[in-house]
Amino acid sequence: MAKPTAKKPTPVEKKLVSVADTVISAAGRSRDPALSIPVRSLANINFNEKRGIIEMGRRKQERTLFNVGMAKKFMQTVLVADALAELQRANLTTSLREIYYRTKHTMKDSHENTFDAQNESDPLIEDLEVTLTALREELHVRAENAGSIVGPVVLTDDGDRVDCARLGKGGYSVPSIVEPEFIQIRRCTADFVLLVEKGTQWNRLSEDKFWRRYNCVLLTGNGQPPRGVRRLARRLHEEHGLPVYVLVDNDPWGYYIYSVVKQGSINLAFESERMAIPKAKFIGLSSADPDTYGLPRNVGIKLNDKDVSRAKELINYRWFQKKPWQEEIKRMLATGLKYELDALANKDFRYLSKTYLPKKLKERDWLD
Amino acid sequence: MRAMAKRTRKSKAAVKSKPAPKSKRELRSKAKSKAKPEAATAKTPATDPKAAEAKTPDAKPAKPTTTISAVEMGARQREISVSEFFTKNRHLLGFDNPRKALLTCVKEAVDNALDAAEEAGILPDVLVNVEVAVADGAPPPPPSQATRFRVTVIDNGPGIVRQQIPPIFAKLLYGSKFHRLRMSRGQQGIGISAAGMYAQLTTGKPVQIISRTGARAAAHYFEVQIDTKKNEPRIVENKKIDWEHQRGTQVALEIDGRYQKGRASVDEYLEQVAIANPHVQLVYRTPEAETREYPRTIQELPPQPKEIKPHPYGIEFGILLRMLHDTRSRTLAGFLAADFSRVSSAVAQQICGTAKLSPNAKPRNVHGVDAEALYKAIQSTKIMAPPSNCISPIGEKAILHGLYKQIKGDFYTAVTRPPAVYRGNPFIIEAGLAFGRGPDQAAQTPEAPAVPLAEGEQQDDDNELARVIRYANRVPLLYQQSACATFKSVLETTWRNYGVVQSRGALPAGPMVVFVHMASVWVPFTSESKEAIADYDEIRKEIRLALQECGRRLGVFLRKRERAKGEFRRRNIFELYIEEVVEACARLKGGKFPKEKLKNQLQKIALKRTGGAKTDEILGHESGPEGLPHSIIVTPEGTEGEAPVPPGAEPSNGGPPEEPTPTKETTKAAKRKSKPSKRKKR
Ligand SMILES: Nc1ncnc2c1ncn2[C@@H]1O[C@H](COP(=O)(O)OP(=O)(O)OP(=O)(O)O)[C@@H](O)[C@H]1O
Ligand SMILES: [Mg+2]
Repeated sequence: MAKPTAKKPTPVEKKLVSVADTVISAAGRSRDPALSIPVRSLANINFNEKRGIIEMGRRKQERTLFNVGMAKKFMQTVLVADALAELQRANLTTSLREIYYRTKHTMKDSHENTFDAQNESDPLIEDLEVTLTALREELHVRAENAGSIVGPVVLTDDGDRVDCARLGKGGYSVPSIVEPEFIQIRRCTADFVLLVEKGTQWNRLSEDKFWRRYNCVLLTGNGQPPRGVRRLARRLHEEHGLPVYVLVDNDPWGYYIYSVVKQGSINLAFESERMAIPKAKFIGLSSADPDTYGLPRNVGIKLNDKDVSRAKELINYRWFQKKPWQEEIKRMLATGLKYELDALANKDFRYLSKTYLPKKLKERDWLD
Repeated sequence: MRAMAKRTRKSKAAVKSKPAPKSKRELRSKAKSKAKPEAATAKTPATDPKAAEAKTPDAKPAKPTTTISAVEMGARQREISVSEFFTKNRHLLGFDNPRKALLTCVKEAVDNALDAAEEAGILPDVLVNVEVAVADGAPPPPPSQATRFRVTVIDNGPGIVRQQIPPIFAKLLYGSKFHRLRMSRGQQGIGISAAGMYAQLTTGKPVQIISRTGARAAAHYFEVQIDTKKNEPRIVENKKIDWEHQRGTQVALEIDGRYQKGRASVDEYLEQVAIANPHVQLVYRTPEAETREYPRTIQELPPQPKEIKPHPYGIEFGILLRMLHDTRSRTLAGFLAADFSRVSSAVAQQICGTAKLSPNAKPRNVHGVDAEALYKAIQSTKIMAPPSNCISPIGEKAILHGLYKQIKGDFYTAVTRPPAVYRGNPFIIEAGLAFGRGPDQAAQTPEAPAVPLAEGEQQDDDNELARVIRYANRVPLLYQQSACATFKSVLETTWRNYGVVQSRGALPAGPMVVFVHMASVWVPFTSESKEAIADYDEIRKEIRLALQECGRRLGVFLRKRERAKGEFRRRNIFELYIEEVVEACARLKGGKFPKEKLKNQLQKIALKRTGGAKTDEILGHESGPEGLPHSIIVTPEGTEGEAPVPPGAEPSNGGPPEEPTPTKETTKAAKRKSKPSKRKKR
C-alpha cells in the first residue's frame, strides 16, 4: 500500500474538498450554501434499453444550510465529506459503521449529537458518491464481506495467490473492494458463473462439487449480493467472457436481486456502468418450475400482501417488460405462491445439483 | 349575611324588641322570581294574626288525620330564640364545620375592617392573627391538631363610638349597611355578631373589642356577649385602656375551629383578598407563627361607591307595595319620581298613564289590582339604565397589580367591562388572567432536557388545570365553585381559540389563574351562604365578554412568544451547525484557514434568515407588551407593562437591596412604554 502522502491530493480528495469550497464561496457572497445532489429514486432513473442498464437521470435536489428541514443533513454531509477526505489522506479503507463513529459527536454547548444512528450517515455516503461521481471503492469505504466464491479461478489479493479451487468447500470470502488495484484475476478456466442468492444453496453446490462437474464459478452474496460480489461477477463476465446465471428464490425479492445484477440498482444507478451485467440470465427458480419439476403445492408459500404489491411494482418496471417476464410474474401472482430454493429438497437433498441445474443448463431453460 | 336576614324573619317578627325593619333589601332577598302577592305574604309569620287572617288561603284544610285545634296550636306558638335558630342553622351562615367556621370568623372581621376603612376614606391597614388557643392551661397542640383558635383582627379604620360597640358585636341584625343600596362587602348587619355568637356557643368566651376613634379619643375595651333570648348585648367588661394604635378597631374571638391549609383555607382567603385589594396593606400571622405580608401596591383608595335609589326594573312586587305604603310623597307620580332612580316626572306620568291610574292618586291608596297594574306598567315602560357610579370596580390596573404581586407568571392582563344591568341592578364584571410560571421557574425547567429524548419518550405532559378565583364586591368566594356563574363562564369560553389547551367541558389547562369579579349594589347569590353567583343571562354574557377579551390578549401574547421562540430555536440550530460546518471546512481545506471569517459570514446569513433583530423584539427584550392594553409581560430580562413598583424599589443610596427586584423602572417609566436596558446581543 502506498504511504500516505499529504502533498499530492488524490482526485477523489479534491472532489471532497470541493464541498468545503461550495460553502466558502456561498458564504463569501452572502448566499445560502447549497449542494446539488442527484435524486436517488425511481423517479430519476432511465432504463437504457440499448445498453440494458439503468442510468441515473438529471434530477437534482438542493441541500442547503439555512433551511430548518435540511440544515442538519447539510452539516452532516460536510462532516462525512471531511471524514472521507481524511481516509484519502491516510490511504485507509473503512466501513460504513466506522464512518458513522468517526463523525459522531455531541455538538458544542448542546445535547444534540451530530448523528444519532448509522442510518443517518449511510445515505450521505451514497449522496456524496453520486454528487461527486466517486465510487464507493474510490472513497475507500467498504461494505461487510458477505460473499463467497469457489471454482477454477486464481486471484491475487494483497500479493497473496488465491486459488479458489483449492479452498475446500468454504471457498474464498469476496472482499468488498475487488477493483484491479486490490484484486487481480490471474487465471480463469471456468465456463460460466453461477450466482446463487442463498448461502445455503451455495454450500450445497460447493459440497457437491457442482462447480467441478460443470466447470463453473460459484458465487453467492447471501441475499442481495454486495458490491464486491457483483463487481467480481462483472469482471469475470467482462474480462473472461463468462456468462452469468443467477439462481434465486422464486419470489419478488429474487426477481429484484436478479434485476440488480443485470441492470443495476435504482439507488445507485450511476454505478450500473461498472456493476451491471446486462447479459446475465435468470436460471431459476421460475414460477413455471413447480409444474415442470413436479414440486407439490404444499411446499409453496402463500404470497403475502407485501409480496403481491412488490410483484405488481416489478411488473411495471421497464426492464421487466419482455413477454416472458410478464408471464413469469403474472404466473406467480396467478398461483399466489412463492417457492424457496430449499423447497427442492422436498424431492431429494441433491435435487438442485443432480437434477434441477443440469436439466436447466442442458435445456437452456432460463429467462433473459 | 343575607342568609340570616332571610331566615330570621320569623324570629325578627317574634323578637318584639326590634321594630320590623322597613327594609327593601330584606324583601328583595326573597324569591328571585317575580313575586306574586301571595308569595310575598304567604311567608308572613303565623304570629301576625292579622296577616294570617287576611291572607292565609283558608280553603285548604290540613291533613284530615290532624285533630289539633286552633287553640292547641295557638298554645304551642312561642318565640324562637336567636340562639336556637342559630344553632340549628349554623350552616346558613358559614359555620357548618370547624374549618369553615374559622374561615368565616376571619372573613367577617376582615370584611368589616375593609368596609369601615374604605367608607371613612382611609387606606386600610389590617392585621390578622390566628393562634392556637387552649381551654385550661394545657400545652397547646400543633396547629394542625388544634381544635380551638383565637382570631384577632386589627384595623386602622374610623373606630366605633363607645355606645355602638355592644350592639354591633352582640346584637344580630344590627348594622349600618342594610338600609341602603350601595356596594359594600357586608350587607346584613349580622356578620360579626354571628361570629361572636359562634364563639359564645362553642367556647363560651365573650367577644373582646378595642376601638378608638382618633388620637385624642380614649380607647375602649369591651367584652360582650349576646343575650340570646332577647337578642341584646350583655356587657361583660368595659374599660378605657391604653392602646398603641391611634385609631381603629380590634376584634378578638375565641372559637372552635380547625386550621388546614389549601383550598378554601384562611390562607387562601387572605391571599385572594390581597389580589383583589392591592390598596390594602395586610399582615397575616398564621397559626404556625409565620408572618405573611401583603404590601400595598396601589396607594389610592378605590372611588367611593355612591348610594342609589332602587331602579324600577329590579323591584319586586312586595317591595313596591311597601314602598307605596312608606313613601313621603303625596302623589303617585311624585312617589315614582322621588323614590326610584332614572324616573323623571315625564316617565312617571307615562307609567301612570299605562297603568290607567291617576298621577295624583295617594300612593297609600294604590293596592290590589291597581298596584298590580302599576307594577306591570313599570315593567313595560322604557326606563334608562340605572346609574353605575354606585359601583366601584377594582379597576384594570389594580387587578393587574394584585395578580402580579401574588401570582408568579409571564403574562398578566385585566379587563373591566362597562356597567351593565340585570333585573334593574347595575353591575360591573371584571376579569383578569395570570399565565405562566414566571421566569425563575422557567429557568429551573430548561427547555432542552438534560438527556436527549429517546424515541417514544416525551416531555412530561402537564395536566395542571387553570385555577379560577372568584369575587363578589371584592370578597373572595371560596365555596361552591361549580355552581357559580363565573366558573361556568370560564368553562364555556373556548380557550383553544387563544392557544390554550382545553378538553371538552373542562377548565383550560396550563399554568393559569383566571380572575373574575362581580361588583354590584346587589350581588345575586345562588344560596343564602353567599358562595356562588347566580346565573343571570346578562351576568353570564358580561363575564364571557370579559374572559374573551382576556383570552384574546393571552392568545396574542402566546402566539408572539411561540413565533419568537421558533425563530430563536431556528437560529440556535443554525449557530450550532455553523460551528460544525466551519470546523469541517477548515479540516477539509487544511492549512491556515480563516475560520472566524467564514463563521461570521455564515452567522450573518443566519441572522438575516431568521427574522433578525425582530426576534429579540418579539421575545420582549427590546419593547413592551405591544398592542396589549392593561397587560404585563415578564421575561427573564425584566418586566414590561403596567407593573407595580415594589416598595423599596426606588433607587436608594443605602446598602445593596435585600432581594433582586423584578423591575427597575420607576412608576412613571412603567406607565410609559418602558424601554428596558439593551440586552446583550447573542
Ligand atoms: N371594624 C369596624 N370598624 C368600624 N365599624 C364596624 C367595624 N365592624 C363592624 N362595624 C359596623 O358594624 C356594623 C355591623 O357589622 P356586621 O358585620 O355585623 O354587619 P355588616 O357588615 O353590616 O353586614 P354583614 O352581615 O353582611 O357582615 C357594620 O355595618 C359597621 O357599620
Ligand atoms: Mg360585616
